[in-house]
Amino acid sequence: MFKQKMMQVFKETLNARRLLCPLPVIRTQDKVKQLQPGDLLEVICTDPGVMHDIPAWCRINGHTVLETSSGNHEYIITIRVGE
Amino acid sequence: MLAAKVIMEQGVHVEGINFFTGFCVEGHTHAIREHNSSKPNRNNALWVAEQLGIKLHIVDVIEEYKKVLINPKHGYGTHMNPCLDCKIFMVNKAKQWIVENGFDFIITGEVIGQRPMSQTKSKMPIVSKQSGADDLLLRPMCAKNLPATLPEIEGWVDREKLYGITGRSRKPQMEMARNFGIEDYSQPAGGCCFLTDKFYSAKLVDLWKSQGTKDYELDDIMLLKVGRHIRPKAHFKLIIAREEGEGRFLQGYKKEFISLYCSSHPGPLAIIDGELSAEDIYFSARVVARYGQGRNEEQVDITITEKDGSERVIQVKPFAKEEVPIEWHV
Repeated sequence: MFKQKMMQVFKETLNARRLLCPLPVIRTQDKVKQLQPGDLLEVICTDPGVMHDIPAWCRINGHTVLETSSGNHEYIITIRVGE
Repeated sequence: MLAAKVIMEQGVHVEGINFFTGFCVEGHTHAIREHNSSKPNRNNALWVAEQLGIKLHIVDVIEEYKKVLINPKHGYGTHMNPCLDCKIFMVNKAKQWIVENGFDFIITGEVIGQRPMSQTKSKMPIVSKQSGADDLLLRPMCAKNLPATLPEIEGWVDREKLYGITGRSRKPQMEMARNFGIEDYSQPAGGCCFLTDKFYSAKLVDLWKSQGTKDYELDDIMLLKVGRHIRPKAHFKLIIAREEGEGRFLQGYKKEFISLYCSSHPGPLAIIDGELSAEDIYFSARVVARYGQGRNEEQVDITITEKDGSERVIQVKPFAKEEVPIEWHV
């Protein structure tokens, strides 16, 4: 027998539609401060610049981009909060 | 970038702060305008931080910045740019940030003589003193031409390894970049703030004049970056998209403003800012028709969308070129 440690992953969504860079990055930065390492944050944006800026911000701040997608002039980025 | 590199070379831990006032050119312009899509669509502060391998903190100062722009103690530059007050404000914010986050001193990339308003030798001590940073503000690029600061006096950095660059030429910085092995960097300053732009400044002045007060919200200053601004009468202004990207951007404001477009021919989306009579709307429709492909027709259909989303179509004769005088263009 073994014990399986269950970690509760918290997932939050941030609506950053209509905001232009760097505001989606700033809102992401502020929201991530409220989350715990391992939590997931889905950011929904309309500025295509986020596809460069949010991954860059994640790379320099130790967070991981799990997924990016786009369609209908919306850009969705899912981030795992780092340590 | 270079100032950070100089200090990092001395083994000092550096993190970046980037203040967002709402008037930064690069991000917004790239996002809105289709024709800029060939340029790298990146935030240069983030890009530089990544090149240096340092953290970057982007700080929203939109609200606090209003008092700097609306009433600058040291006045405006050639246009609506309050450069000296802006610098004092940002260094003050940086001072607050280092205190809150346990950092020891501030560095900037300033060079004596590089900018006419805020980077002269006489202005450097004004920024240090009025920001409250005093001798915690180190300018590695020109430190040898300035009194020693606390980091130099205390030996946290070696003054001998700092620089004494002066003047507007960027050649010394380009040589430094080469020596550091930096091949790609953002273009030297100038044009990174909308407030230094003649046309943007005119739109800001027009906004304040039409409101009767020097104040703004973020949406106001965003819209000044987009489209043709045409004020046929004192109490209303049209913002007409110049291309598809701007049209998409203006779509986001259809709940805040009456919008209109030519539905019988290809043409741009426009929004109207102001309190309008039926006559004003008809007049506006004729202006908007002027910027569509039906401009030479006797009559075109213009669809008008109210803020609640209800639509109606009217027929108008587009204004001729000479009927939209240059004086209407803000």
